[in-house]
Amino acid sequence: MQYMFLLYSTPEAEPTYGTPEFQAMMADFAAFSEKAAADGVMRGGEGLQGVDTATSLRVRGGKVETMDGPFAETREHLGGYYLLDLPDLDTALRYAAQIPVAAFGTVEVRPVMDYNL
Amino acid sequence: MAAAAQAIAVSKALEAVLRQDRGRLMAALTYRLHSFQLAEDALQEASISALVHWGREGLPQSPQGWLIRVAFRKALDQLRSEGRASERDDAMQLVNDLLGQDEPEAIPDERLRLIFTCCHPALELKSRVALTLRTVCGLSTGEIARLFLDNEATMGQRLSRAKTKIADAGIAYAVPPPEQWDERMQAVLTTVYLIFTTGYTAAPGEPRDLCGEALFLARLLQALSPEQPEIEGALALMLLTEARRAARIDAQGATVRPAEQDRQRWNREQEAEGRQLLETALRRKRAGPFQVKAAISACQMAEPAPDWPQILQLYTVLLTLEPTPVVRVNHAVALSENGHGAAALATLDGLRDTLADFQPFHAAHAAVLAQAGQVDAARGAYVKAIALAANENDRRFLAGRLERLG
Repeated sequence: MQYMFLLYSTPEAEPTYGTPEFQAMMADFAAFSEKAAADGVMRGGEGLQGVDTATSLRVRGGKVETMDGPFAETREHLGGYYLLDLPDLDTALRYAAQIPVAAFGTVEVRPVMDYNL
Repeated sequence: MAAAAQAIAVSKALEAVLRQDRGRLMAALTYRLHSFQLAEDALQEASISALVHWGREGLPQSPQGWLIRVAFRKALDQLRSEGRASERDDAMQLVNDLLGQDEPEAIPDERLRLIFTCCHPALELKSRVALTLRTVCGLSTGEIARLFLDNEATMGQRLSRAKTKIADAGIAYAVPPPEQWDERMQAVLTTVYLIFTTGYTAAPGEPRDLCGEALFLARLLQALSPEQPEIEGALALMLLTEARRAARIDAQGATVRPAEQDRQRWNREQEAEGRQLLETALRRKRAGPFQVKAAISACQMAEPAPDWPQILQLYTVLLTLEPTPVVRVNHAVALSENGHGAAALATLDGLRDTLADFQPFHAAHAAVLAQAGQVDAARGAYVKAIALAANENDRRFLAGRLERLG
């Protein structure tokens, strides 16, 4: 089963760019990605630019409405994701705990819909 | 007339089998069918068939074996009608294996998997309780709804949401690996203990005694997973608490604290079993919150009066294992009982905002203030506690305390 890991955190909680803490976090991300790849479970994963770069769009009554900003203004922002192929939720939660964001933000784990079932 | 009597006898026999073994049958079916819902539907249909067949041909030699075989066939029909080929092949293989066994009635006990699945921390605590009572203990949805003062439809939806999440989120029907064992076992024991406390504070006359169900679950866990100190600790805690059940409410209907209970009314057999289990657990030298709570319970029952110095030490240990506001309140009460009134009040002042709506906080605050001689403040705290009291027994206890302040 494929699981999507959505990485949320508040900007204040994140290590500041350029500090040793930031470098340590990036090293931990790299190590996690390498481990997931080595385990053969990696299906994808990227970091996202900040929410100030987000644009949201919806079509209502045939009209396109474009808005500056994320879908919802929340304290914790979606900052990146991983897509991993794992046998069950317990395994997924074990991986989730190793993602650096878990230490200062929240990792939401969602199974990906399988349309072949 | 004879036919009616026969039908009643068969239905009684079926009911007895299900009451005794529903959890075991559900565990075996769920393990093989990989689906709670399919297992539940199949067992339900097998039970309906049993009424017809057992009435016509008499009780089979192994009713459990009969039910499980028929349930597998029903599940197979279900899968076939849905056209799910791969699952059907798997199930077919399993049924063939099962029917090929020399002793199909020897059903392996898969209930530990079932309990771990029902009590998975990815499920809401109340859903864990409901699912465990339904699946392992065999209570009906209506019975569970009644115990939680919910209506049956709401409880049915809760159960069905939980089963859907188990299937869709990929919660494995498995015993957790060693590195997750302690955390997952705490989730299981917390669920079982909540079942116990729900029963302990229930109004009398409930048709199903949840304390009994919780003790059944704890004993089952102990049998399926022996030599686990936290399981022993949780069982000890429940036995020691259960031993005081008859004394917890006085003739006027007021709650009585363990320190003031009529010890003649304690169940000494349950107390002795609880103490022995606790000793066994502590000898394993792997402390955990349930063992510490059981030890506190045992100290409250010390002769001739509670051993407060020891209770204070134990709460200090518990604070390191479980640093929650509720444990802090109890720690403060123990401080006050040991003559550290100022420290107790300082702790409680720090919790005032967090626990503003928590009745036991105000009751504890009142008792500590009274002990410190601050009568007016104590009176105010009792009034707050009374306003928040969840049941008549606690209200009477608190009103009595308030009255005693004069």
